[in-house]
Amino acid sequence: MNWFRQLFTRNRIYSDLSEEIEQHLAEKVEALMASGMSHPQAEQAARREFGNVARVSERGREIWMWPRIESILADIGFAIRKLRKSPGFTFTAIVTLALGIGANVVVFSVLNGLILRPLDVPQPENLFQVVHGNGKGGWTSQSYRDYLDYRDRDLSFTGLMAYQMQRVGLSVGKSNTRSWGYAASGNYFDVLGLKPTLGRFFHATDEHGPASAPFIVLSYDFWHRQFNASPDVLGQTIQLNQHPFTIIGVSPEGFHGTDDFFWPDYWFPLLNAAQITGSDDLPWRDHYSFDVIGRLKPGVTPHQATDSLNALATQMAKEDRKDDGLSATVIQAGPAGKTDNPMKKALLGIMLLALLVLLAACVNLASIFAARAADRSGELAIRMAIGSSRWHILRQLLTEAVLISIAGGIAGTFFARLLLSALSHWQPFGDFPTHFLISPDHRVYFVAMALSIVCGFLFGLIPARQIWNTNVLQTIKTGTLQSETFRGFALRDILLVVQIAVCTLLVTASLVAVRGMRRSLQVPLGFQPHNVTLAQADLRMAGYTGEQSVALLKRMIDAASAIPGVTAAAGADSVPFQGGGGWFVYRWGTTEFLPSHMAFGADTYLLSPGYLQTAGTRLMVGRDFTWHDDKSTPGVAIINEAFAHKLFGNQSAIGQRFMLWATAKYEVVGVVEDGKYGSLVEDPQPAMFFPVTQGPGGFLPTRAVVIVRSQLSQDQITAELRKAVTGVEPNVPYAIAPWDDAIDRSMVPARAATVVLSIMGMLAAMLAITGIFGMASYSVSKRLKEQGIRIALGAQHLQVMRSTLGRPVILLLIGSVIGLLLGVFTSSLMSHLVAYATPRDPLILAGVLFTMLLLGLLASFIPARRTLAIDPAQLLRE
Amino acid sequence: MMVLQSLQRHPMHGYALVQHIKQRSNELLQVEEGSLYPALQRLLKEGQVKAEWEISLSNRRVRTYRITPAGKKHLEREISSFERMLEGITLVLSPSES
Repeated sequence: MNWFRQLFTRNRIYSDLSEEIEQHLAEKVEALMASGMSHPQAEQAARREFGNVARVSERGREIWMWPRIESILADIGFAIRKLRKSPGFTFTAIVTLALGIGANVVVFSVLNGLILRPLDVPQPENLFQVVHGNGKGGWTSQSYRDYLDYRDRDLSFTGLMAYQMQRVGLSVGKSNTRSWGYAASGNYFDVLGLKPTLGRFFHATDEHGPASAPFIVLSYDFWHRQFNASPDVLGQTIQLNQHPFTIIGVSPEGFHGTDDFFWPDYWFPLLNAAQITGSDDLPWRDHYSFDVIGRLKPGVTPHQATDSLNALATQMAKEDRKDDGLSATVIQAGPAGKTDNPMKKALLGIMLLALLVLLAACVNLASIFAARAADRSGELAIRMAIGSSRWHILRQLLTEAVLISIAGGIAGTFFARLLLSALSHWQPFGDFPTHFLISPDHRVYFVAMALSIVCGFLFGLIPARQIWNTNVLQTIKTGTLQSETFRGFALRDILLVVQIAVCTLLVTASLVAVRGMRRSLQVPLGFQPHNVTLAQADLRMAGYTGEQSVALLKRMIDAASAIPGVTAAAGADSVPFQGGGGWFVYRWGTTEFLPSHMAFGADTYLLSPGYLQTAGTRLMVGRDFTWHDDKSTPGVAIINEAFAHKLFGNQSAIGQRFMLWATAKYEVVGVVEDGKYGSLVEDPQPAMFFPVTQGPGGFLPTRAVVIVRSQLSQDQITAELRKAVTGVEPNVPYAIAPWDDAIDRSMVPARAATVVLSIMGMLAAMLAITGIFGMASYSVSKRLKEQGIRIALGAQHLQVMRSTLGRPVILLLIGSVIGLLLGVFTSSLMSHLVAYATPRDPLILAGVLFTMLLLGLLASFIPARRTLAIDPAQLLRE
Repeated sequence: MMVLQSLQRHPMHGYALVQHIKQRSNELLQVEEGSLYPALQRLLKEGQVKAEWEISLSNRRVRTYRITPAGKKHLEREISSFERMLEGITLVLSPSES
């Protein structure tokens, strides 16, 4: 209460104090005069004996303050006034920092959201995933039979659950849409430890054999989106691929499954998955299609669990040869656990670059601040002369720096937020429900603040050295810090070199990315996606079986061919860059179909006749399929060159035979060119193609893609194609899109990396320009007089230029070379970000040097002109 | 302590206080006169003295400080602890008595 009253009475106290001091002095003067001094003499003596009036009253006032805080507040107030007086400087500094910090906030948010974020379940720290092998190579899924053994025979876990992603045609009422959900084991929610928002979850006790639990749990978001959060949904029936499921519950808000970006719309018991998809994964030990996650018992380390599971796996392999070579590793569940996640490496790399940008920004500001401190040296010296301590002045300068950096941090975070909220609504994969949980959380804000303050100190402390060494007397006389204390000049040189090196590194990175991007866009695909449009559907969503599906697909192809303007049409179960599966290939004559006996795995596509022509894939030798290659005729296959080379070496492949399993035997009738199937940057993959009418081993597909090639405009052909296929079967949800889109989508990560790197490169370039410009113009203005004299004495333009701009240019060269070397050394890091290019490429080296030279020219152009425009007569007169 | 002790004798204003201390210490304590004011402000804040504007004998508006009961108590404590300390120092510094 006391301090509160003081707040209001303080002005009184202060004025009392000053009046009192005045009275004191007056009385003293009177007394001295009474002893015979003249008035001025007396006044001087009084003041001398009293001491520093300003200091005394300040110290008197300080008694009433919360000393530290208030004097800091006063510093802040003063700093704000000071900064308001030089808005240009303040604005530049804040924008520079906002860019640097903003870039870091964006990258860190993404890192935080995608990688550091724990799963949204209670106690995520003891949730672990059981992955295949040693955990490297990204093969994470397990077979259901192996899962059951792990769950029932291993003692490391309190519970172990399994799930798989399923694409399902979902009918609510009349509408039928494509949707994605999880088929999950009965104990799924219990292992995760979740409580439903509404209704109940399914449990292990609901599992009574195949198709025994037609229950579905909706995700919170889906419940809001599709059912307006109505509590009446409980007990309602919805159709998954035309099979009725009863809604029994809604998941908690904020729980989005356990995958990185994929958010399932619902969960249903995996015992019912076969009923929906028609293919039963459960009985096969070698169908690896389930992710397995469990909670370790207290006190059990992941290492112990791994050992225990491997002992079990060896035992299982003895019991069933299908498990030959089985091994497992236990890793932290969720994005944080996957140590060899390439995206993680890429993001860490980008984070590093972002920090470099910030470092460059700080360096830049440090030199601006140093220059500013030099300009203000007169003011600072006067303040020291009238009794301010060095520490005080230092604190003042630091306050300014931190104030600017915090303002920059806030501005940067604000822009980062805008960018991130746009980014988190980004749906790069069509109607596939991806979400990026990257909106900044407390951790991000904390990092942003910490970065700002650290930056403030970083660039605030550099001029501090100058202040510390200031000789007050000298400075007041000359008006500037004398050159002796300006040994900081060497420091500024180093700062500039660092900045240029960082900039060169970033420019290198962005050039590498752009070039890699261009290269990968020119890579031969093995098909011509341009002008090709795809209509995708899962015919099972409308209740079709294999035989019916193929007949339906043929009718759709016929309908599509009849569209005027369509030059070719065909069908397939899937096409490259749109998913698709693979099978293990065995040599002819294999009798035991164990993973250890296989030749290799190959991408598998089921094609209708005419596909090769429509897709623009070259048939090297042999023939295309016909509608007569069906179940009544022997199995035939078309393979690509990589496949032919791998299995048959240099022999002619036509007429050769291979097998997938005992009853799936094929004779090669054609060989096509190699191509890309899943990604533009993959190495040549073996691929095989079977007639859609034969399927692998007689399994006819229900997934269907109608592909048409046409010169019509995209809107036109999309509409026409939709009309044609819905005319054949209206109850199937179709996804119609140009094939190019699918390929673009596969480029999303690389493209994002390129954009990010280019932005960083540009930021760094901007910083470098201002840095060089600052340095050059400073050195010009500092030596203006000297140059004037030299010109007057007959120096040539070139000589003058050399002496003023020589230094920045040399620094530029040194910095560029260091940056370039760094770039070459970090090329392995960059290869994580982009394929097909390295900084060792001479074109890139040349490009970087050229860019840096251009930057240097740009930045020193104005100072150079100033030098040349020196009029010696006028300068000397001044 | 010196200030409180002086004020205990009779209330004074700042200038008088300075002169008083100078005299009493036989000019041994040569402090800057100004340094008295922060000290007075601290005592004021801690409630050991209070101040009022008055008209002095020389017809000048002066701010007279008076010691408060709290100040008296504080002074007693200070003096007794100071005396103890002094006693201790004296004991240590006089080797002959041991």
